Amino acid sequence: MKNPAIIIENLQKKFEDVTAVDGVSLQIEDGELFGLLGPNGAGKTTIINILCGLIRPTKGSCKVGGYDVQQDIVKVKDLIGVCPQETAVYSYLKGSENVDLFGNLYSMNKQILDARRAMLFETMGLTAEANRQVGKYSGGMKRRLSLIISLIHDPRIAFLDEPTVAMDPQTRHAVWDFIKDLKKKGKTIILTTHYMEEAEELCDRVGIIDHGKLIALDSPKELISRNRVKNLEDVFIKLTGRKIREEV
Amino acid sequence: MKLQRMVALTKKELKKTIRQPAALFMIFLFPVVFVFAFGASFGGLGSGQPVYQIGVVNMDQITPSQSSLLFIDALKDTNILSIQTYDDNQTAQNELSQGRIQAVVIIPATFNQSLESYKTAPNDPSKWTNTSVSLYLDKGSIIATQAIPPIIQQILTAYIGQSQQVLPSPINLKTTSLEVKQTSSLDFLAPGMFTFASIFLIMIVAGSFTEDRENGMMKRIRITPTTPTDFMLSQVLSYLVIALIQAILVFIMVYVMGFRPNVEPSVYVFAFILVLIFSLSNVGFGLITATISKSSSTATGLSFIFVLPQLFLGTFVGASLSSAAQIAGKFVPSYYVTDALTSLFLRGASVTSPVVLLDFAAVSISCVAILAVGILLYGKYYKI
Repeated sequence: MKNPAIIIENLQKKFEDVTAVDGVSLQIEDGELFGLLGPNGAGKTTIINILCGLIRPTKGSCKVGGYDVQQDIVKVKDLIGVCPQETAVYSYLKGSENVDLFGNLYSMNKQILDARRAMLFETMGLTAEANRQVGKYSGGMKRRLSLIISLIHDPRIAFLDEPTVAMDPQTRHAVWDFIKDLKKKGKTIILTTHYMEEAEELCDRVGIIDHGKLIALDSPKELISRNRVKNLEDVFIKLTGRKIREEV
Repeated sequence: MKLQRMVALTKKELKKTIRQPAALFMIFLFPVVFVFAFGASFGGLGSGQPVYQIGVVNMDQITPSQSSLLFIDALKDTNILSIQTYDDNQTAQNELSQGRIQAVVIIPATFNQSLESYKTAPNDPSKWTNTSVSLYLDKGSIIATQAIPPIIQQILTAYIGQSQQVLPSPINLKTTSLEVKQTSSLDFLAPGMFTFASIFLIMIVAGSFTEDRENGMMKRIRITPTTPTDFMLSQVLSYLVIALIQAILVFIMVYVMGFRPNVEPSVYVFAFILVLIFSLSNVGFGLITATISKSSSTATGLSFIFVLPQLFLGTFVGASLSSAAQIAGKFVPSYYVTDALTSLFLRGASVTSPVVLLDFAAVSISCVAILAVGILLYGKYYKI
């Protein structure tokens, strides 16, 4: 791997007596679309939170875009865009106002901000809703808006934490197309999901996390082939003895 | 620190206040409705000077005293006092206990003698015959205890002063009567109203921070390059703007209701600055509340830990409380704001007078300290 966008080494995070992340090491290539898979509570979001500098690891280190997250968090923040698991948007602001707020927090030039806002609203099918207060949006619309906010500043590395949760199949496929398009533009994308078909469809490689440990790491095809099963869901069953969404 | 980020966050916070009905009501409409209700109730509306029913017992009748009768006339000449004379104290006290009158003024038997001694040697107190005009108040009426003593005091002072000026001419009380007419209960309440409105910022700040924490917005902002300084300064700036609008609204309302203090424009500027500094302490208390609250609904309830003492001990409410409560008031910033505004608007103190400067220092130091504690505590338990 010549240009790793993300390097995680022996990462561990303990919350009192619970080990959320347990000795995870992996590298993600620049321009790669990487899937972190696992059931709820497996440790996926904790890894993302550490990579964004929101929480400190108990042990280990990680680099994002070549910068140590603990030492150069300011530089890391300029490189990344994060779509959090919860639909974090201001309901009393209009859709466009939410996006503008975050564009300004990234110190974007007004012309560039206007152009990217218009493009992203169009791509996500929200143009007609841009000037409505978000409180009147449906759940799926809020998720799409949350995705727009995370990408408004055109980040080099995007962390998309369960981006398609609560979306109808049609919207989900539209978001998949959007994510594929981001990859074509050379962005590094780390996608966490517990939808195995989503990972199969989108990801170059996947890492399967269970009880905080990385139990498998490869391309979806290779994992399916190596385990002689039909899909990633079966890979998870074979490796852990249970279904990935039992605990959802 | 980036201006673009601060402006964006400040605009966001202001839109939040304007677009959320609960916040809008609490911050802006509540003070306006409150001032209107109090103003209307306590005589600040329309022609509405309150008329206080006062009983007068003139003990200075052994030798017919023109002075005491003139003093009674001076009381009658004010449009805000309705005077009824009684032959004896017992009857007047009975009327007072029945609530038919709100105060009893006892003119002592030595009233004329005292006044004459003053006239004879106005600059030599050792030659005066000292006496007291007794005032009994309806203890069941906050307004009576608050409003009547200064009115009577003012008339008495003016009466004695004018007697000195016009001697040996007949005593003329016209000017004094007009001056007294300008004083209504609203005047006594108004300084506390400015303070009162700002106190509810505590609830708004606490609710806003906990809500942003609950819905993940605080986390989302932390992921951006926004620094804690950008964030906190923008929040404080937003609340200063809100406090300024509040103060302007309250001022407009009390002005409409009849509050017309005869002071220099610089006093108004100083008063607004004082209220803005005071609002910093409310942001600080709001942050402390947000630190100890797990949810926005808890924050609303817990904010009363700070709202109530500020409200009861430091605003117009405090003046009618026990002496112990009034001493306790000295431990809350609102007390010093109300005291300074009262000195400026009602007592005619200048901005540079020691009492006002002392209040200003107390407000500034305590408010900045409370804000600092709030920021430090919040930053310690919930990263900004």
